[in-house]
Amino acid sequence: MPNITKHRRFVATAVAVTLGATTLAACGGSDDDGEAQAGPAKLTYWTWTPGMDKVVDLWNKGPGKEQQITVTVKKQASGDTLVTKILTAHKAGKGPDLVQAEYQALPTLVSNDAVADIAKESGDAKGKFADGVWQQTTLGSDAVYAIPQDIGPMMFYYREDLFKKYGLTVPKTWDEFAETARKLKKEEPEVDLTTFSANDSGLFAGLAQQAGAKWWTTEGQKWKVGIDDAATRKVADFWGGLVKEGAIDNQPMYTPSWNKALNTGKQIAWVSAVWAPGTLTTAAPDTQGKWKMAPLPQWSDSENVTGSWGGSSTAVTTDSKHKGAAAKFAAWLNTDPRALTALAKEGGIYPAATTAQTSDAFVQPPAFFSNQSDFYTAAAEIAKTTAPSAWGPNVNVAYTIFKDAFGAAAKDKSDFGAALKTMHDDTVADMKKQGFEVSE
Amino acid sequence: MTSAHRKSYGVKGAPYAFLVPATVLFALFFALPIGYAIWLSLHKVQVNGLGLGSGARQEVWAGLENYTDALSDSEFLDGALRVLGYGAIVVPVMLGLALVLALMLDSDKVRLAPFTRLAIFLPYAVPGVVAALLWGFLYLPDVSPFYFVLEKLGLPQPDLLDGGGLYAALSNIAVWGGTGFNMIVIYTSLQAIPAEVYEAAKLDGATPLQIALRIKIPMVAPSLVLTFFFSIIATLQVFSEPTTLKPLTNSVSTTWSPLMKVYVDAFGKGDIHGAAAGAVVIALATLVVSFGFLRAANSRNKRNVSQGAAR
Repeated sequence: MPNITKHRRFVATAVAVTLGATTLAACGGSDDDGEAQAGPAKLTYWTWTPGMDKVVDLWNKGPGKEQQITVTVKKQASGDTLVTKILTAHKAGKGPDLVQAEYQALPTLVSNDAVADIAKESGDAKGKFADGVWQQTTLGSDAVYAIPQDIGPMMFYYREDLFKKYGLTVPKTWDEFAETARKLKKEEPEVDLTTFSANDSGLFAGLAQQAGAKWWTTEGQKWKVGIDDAATRKVADFWGGLVKEGAIDNQPMYTPSWNKALNTGKQIAWVSAVWAPGTLTTAAPDTQGKWKMAPLPQWSDSENVTGSWGGSSTAVTTDSKHKGAAAKFAAWLNTDPRALTALAKEGGIYPAATTAQTSDAFVQPPAFFSNQSDFYTAAAEIAKTTAPSAWGPNVNVAYTIFKDAFGAAAKDKSDFGAALKTMHDDTVADMKKQGFEVSE
Repeated sequence: MTSAHRKSYGVKGAPYAFLVPATVLFALFFALPIGYAIWLSLHKVQVNGLGLGSGARQEVWAGLENYTDALSDSEFLDGALRVLGYGAIVVPVMLGLALVLALMLDSDKVRLAPFTRLAIFLPYAVPGVVAALLWGFLYLPDVSPFYFVLEKLGLPQPDLLDGGGLYAALSNIAVWGGTGFNMIVIYTSLQAIPAEVYEAAKLDGATPLQIALRIKIPMVAPSLVLTFFFSIIATLQVFSEPTTLKPLTNSVSTTWSPLMKVYVDAFGKGDIHGAAAGAVVIALATLVVSFGFLRAANSRNKRNVSQGAAR
């Protein structure tokens, strides 16, 4: 903590954080329409997908060369920090041409007028995606704000060998899931089925989505916030109950402890998404070939629906001087078979384009799941059952509140319903403070 | 006449010419950003209707609204209290240790002094984030060798990432990293005490302990004040340790310290106006507390000097 530079700047250090924002935000926003200009176009693309430069090379040497559109990749950090960076760059009128954006961030970006409507340029891209996925990029309007890139349909991962050892069956419903957790706890008090982690809001959002929650909807010119709706409350009470009775662990994911618990069989299941094999490969390297994937447990026998956790899209910014060219690239990147195969190979993403999910790149299961040969066939089937999602303009705020409210509730093993109410109330309060019309 | 006038004008202007580079740098990199932060803190974003599409949001004058929000935000105030509790552990322990170690190194009997000095100073060279990560691993029961040993010995295993243990855990990182620096500052001023003073004390029959308490400590008081001053500022601005430990436990919220709240407001919630107000409040509080301390210390010093003179 104490270091020489800090001591020297003693007076100003407290404002340093603001200064960081300040320098980025300097200069007022300028909105020029930047209609498609003729001639060669040089585009910059902010993305966090590993290996994207190799995929972009395919474009620059192929279709990009023909159309004189050159794309340069600028590697970024993922998630919320990139949204802030895009917004500050946009304020300065210096945004890149293309950005990678998680679906839940799109309303925030649209609300700040940072991403452009590319409905005209997106052509026939719509038909390549599942309706529920596409709808996330239109925000329910006629506009198209992004082209879907990857999706994260949620699934249930479990240790096949340990389920057998403890005499457990794969839960088909959440009731069975709770019973499985209790049964395991009774027989092996040291072992947990899984944990409830509050450090990734996307997991809870996906579980609520599966239950049918609609967190943000619009009624005319008003937003309606449904974070504390019946569906979400059901999910919150379910997990809160399991944590309270001690049937599952309450420690966060992605910690060295969590890695060890997965690697040594102290936790034997994980509610996750299609990208889980990548995470498990690094978190629990010793358990390769011992895991299996199954559909997410359901709220009732008759249902077959899942939520999504993660996934992102490619958007064109309003700052771009070459919106048409940028939209062309975005469409190619996410619908062209060659691009999608390269994305899967270099970036390890699970494509949003439906045909790509069953392409050659997804015949073999992931190496970590070599024991489950139909991994990707099953994944494609599960992806089709993804429930529609409903994102709003301050998801980032709701997600931040979630982490603190549910983190504290998980720690204290207290009422998750109260935490949910805090999340709802504070999210609504933030919207009202900003001036959004919110209906009660 | 004219040439003489010009000459005197040139001489008069010289100091200002010399001041220009410093003034420009000061204005560009200090006054201007701070001014902009204050400007930001007095504005807010106003959204119309659904807030979608262009022109739906504009920056409007907010007056002191962001400040009243920051000051009435219970999280902000709770954060300030947490930091005070943390500081109440860190500052006395760190400076106490630094002083004792400096006195020990300064005594004649110590062996391997250069090596020991370096060893104590070394943690200071470890970046704060790395130190916090390192200790974070040691605090996690499932991966920590300490807990392994405690378990094997059948001793109780404290939870260092929750409740009161968390304060001890965070303070420990700061003490581990900061003691060396403060020790060097105190040790250097100990070395500057002339040998005659010790000789005189010894001739008067003072024991080493008496020399330490009656001569060394009073004579390094200015250094103690300085290190105290630095430590207060560093404490009020604690950020990297709790931020690094946050992913490891549910006990550290994203707004654990006031500076973390500013960070979350700016980069988590995208509210740079509220964050700017929070930052200005922290800067002012730091200014008041640290300079208040410095003034109090100085006036006491002066009083002591004048009392000494009166005697």
